[in-house]
Amino acid sequence: MSEEVEETKTPEEASTEEQKPEMDDKVISPEKAQEAELKARYPNLGSKPGGSDLLRKRLQKGQKYFDSGDYNMAKAKMKNKQLPTAAAEKTEITGDHIPTPQDLPQRKTSLVASKLAG
Amino acid sequence: MQSVVQTAGAGGGSNDVQWCFSQVKGAIDDDVAEADIISTVEFNHSGELLATGDKGGRVVIFQQEQETKGQPHSRGEYNVYSTFQSHEPEFDYLKSLEIEEKINKIRWLPQKNAAQFLLSTNDKTIKLWKISERDKRPEGYNLKEEDGRYRDPSTVTTLRVPVFRPMDLMVEASPRRVFANAHTYHINSISVNSDYETYLSADDLRINLWHLEITDRSFNIVDIKPANMEELTEVITAAEFHPNQCNTLVYSSSKGTIRLCDMRAAALCDKHSKLFEEPEDPSNRSFFSEIISSISDVKFSHNGRYMMTRDYLSVKIWDLNMENRPVETYQVHEYLRSKLCSLYENDCIFDKFECCWNGNDSVVMTGSYNNFFRMFERGHRRDLTLEASRESSKPRAVLKPRKVCAGGKRKKDEISVDSLDFNKKILHTAWHPQDNIIAVATTNNLYIFQDKMN
Repeated sequence: MSEEVEETKTPEEASTEEQKPEMDDKVISPEKAQEAELKARYPNLGSKPGGSDLLRKRLQKGQKYFDSGDYNMAKAKMKNKQLPTAAAEKTEITGDHIPTPQDLPQRKTSLVASKLAG
Repeated sequence: MQSVVQTAGAGGGSNDVQWCFSQVKGAIDDDVAEADIISTVEFNHSGELLATGDKGGRVVIFQQEQETKGQPHSRGEYNVYSTFQSHEPEFDYLKSLEIEEKINKIRWLPQKNAAQFLLSTNDKTIKLWKISERDKRPEGYNLKEEDGRYRDPSTVTTLRVPVFRPMDLMVEASPRRVFANAHTYHINSISVNSDYETYLSADDLRINLWHLEITDRSFNIVDIKPANMEELTEVITAAEFHPNQCNTLVYSSSKGTIRLCDMRAAALCDKHSKLFEEPEDPSNRSFFSEIISSISDVKFSHNGRYMMTRDYLSVKIWDLNMENRPVETYQVHEYLRSKLCSLYENDCIFDKFECCWNGNDSVVMTGSYNNFFRMFERGHRRDLTLEASRESSKPRAVLKPRKVCAGGKRKKDEISVDSLDFNKKILHTAWHPQDNIIAVATTNNLYIFQDKMN
């Protein structure tokens, strides 16, 4: 692994890899030393960190669900720790199973007040 | 040499403000429910009201009690005035994605009548809320009993005039407008125009202009979406209207640039009027350079002559008349530069810190890790590090300045970089528009600090 890194780096940077990043090194900035450390740990990391991949990941934040039924089941699981026993027997596909009317949670009851207002 | 770089500790001197603990809101226990994570803090224009939004979509508004003659040594306390559920989680059926109810921003409208109005937004929908007081109710109807039941008209033999009688104060919050379906990407900013009629909402790639009265239409004024998404190189990170020039707005980007746009120039402000960018030394460029240059917040000064930007490691003050470099630069936590590798691995390098000005634009404040927050006194070139913690939460206790030891020998009261708790981040802070009262949000608690009054 160290061979691969040395190929892409100047001899200067390669030789400082063993040193601790906090060392007062006027030749290599702490930032570049950190970069060297990162590339040592993740050799497959692309050289351009910004760019469309990172940004597109940022544009699509939020958890994806298979469909609205899957979403509602996940929400129900969070709110009620126990589902009706019918759920336990079904095989897992996406979410846990295709919801049937008796599995769907009751309409949301009273809202939990913020603790800042307590 | 251009800017002021701050690394020194707190200064002394008789003009110093001494910050004291005033109040803390929220639960003490360490087990924090996700819904309780505070996501925005904002004083209203008079400073009498303080609003918070959280990840659970709830808004809590505190009101400052009137100063009493009996307590001349402290300003009024903030007590709960109103709380309501602003946004609920939704499901985007088209993309099969969850729309979080987290309140990203709250902005107050200036007060025009007895009621208060604020805009609150999650990733997709902005809502205008009216908060009004009811302290009297009509009594003595002719056709209704006091409990609301209708009387039989044939039993009415005399007439009386209903009168208003006082009742216990009730504060009601009602949604007056819902501005929906105008953003494909996630809303990061809202800003009310100084014309008090319009406001902007910004997402990663677009900025829209709304009229407060009109919910079914908005104008797109900035669009940086490339025709081919593979060519995407930067996104909009924050946007704000100028405090008194209603035609001027700025927006910051993930590449560390700020663009100022003039709405008089064109309907679509894709071409900026000014581009603020600090030149970078190419030899210093590293893998992290672009990430840490991403601007997480931009705020105009109250006087409208300057703007402040926050990137990962610093706060910069820009003169609107000078585009090629900031006039002041303050290092928030420069010691983190040698920790960037691990901060990238634990995603902390993507934390979005906000910043704020004090009322007369002489001091700026921003948060850091370990529940530390920093103040920079412009002009006097002094900076201060304070901590929001339960330990220093005795009533009117003066806060002790903190110091982080970057390396070498650690002094007695200093804390070493490796001991910092990176889960304790102060992302949101607010400063009272006139007085030295600040609101500092830790993960799930809101601290209020005041200056010591003698």
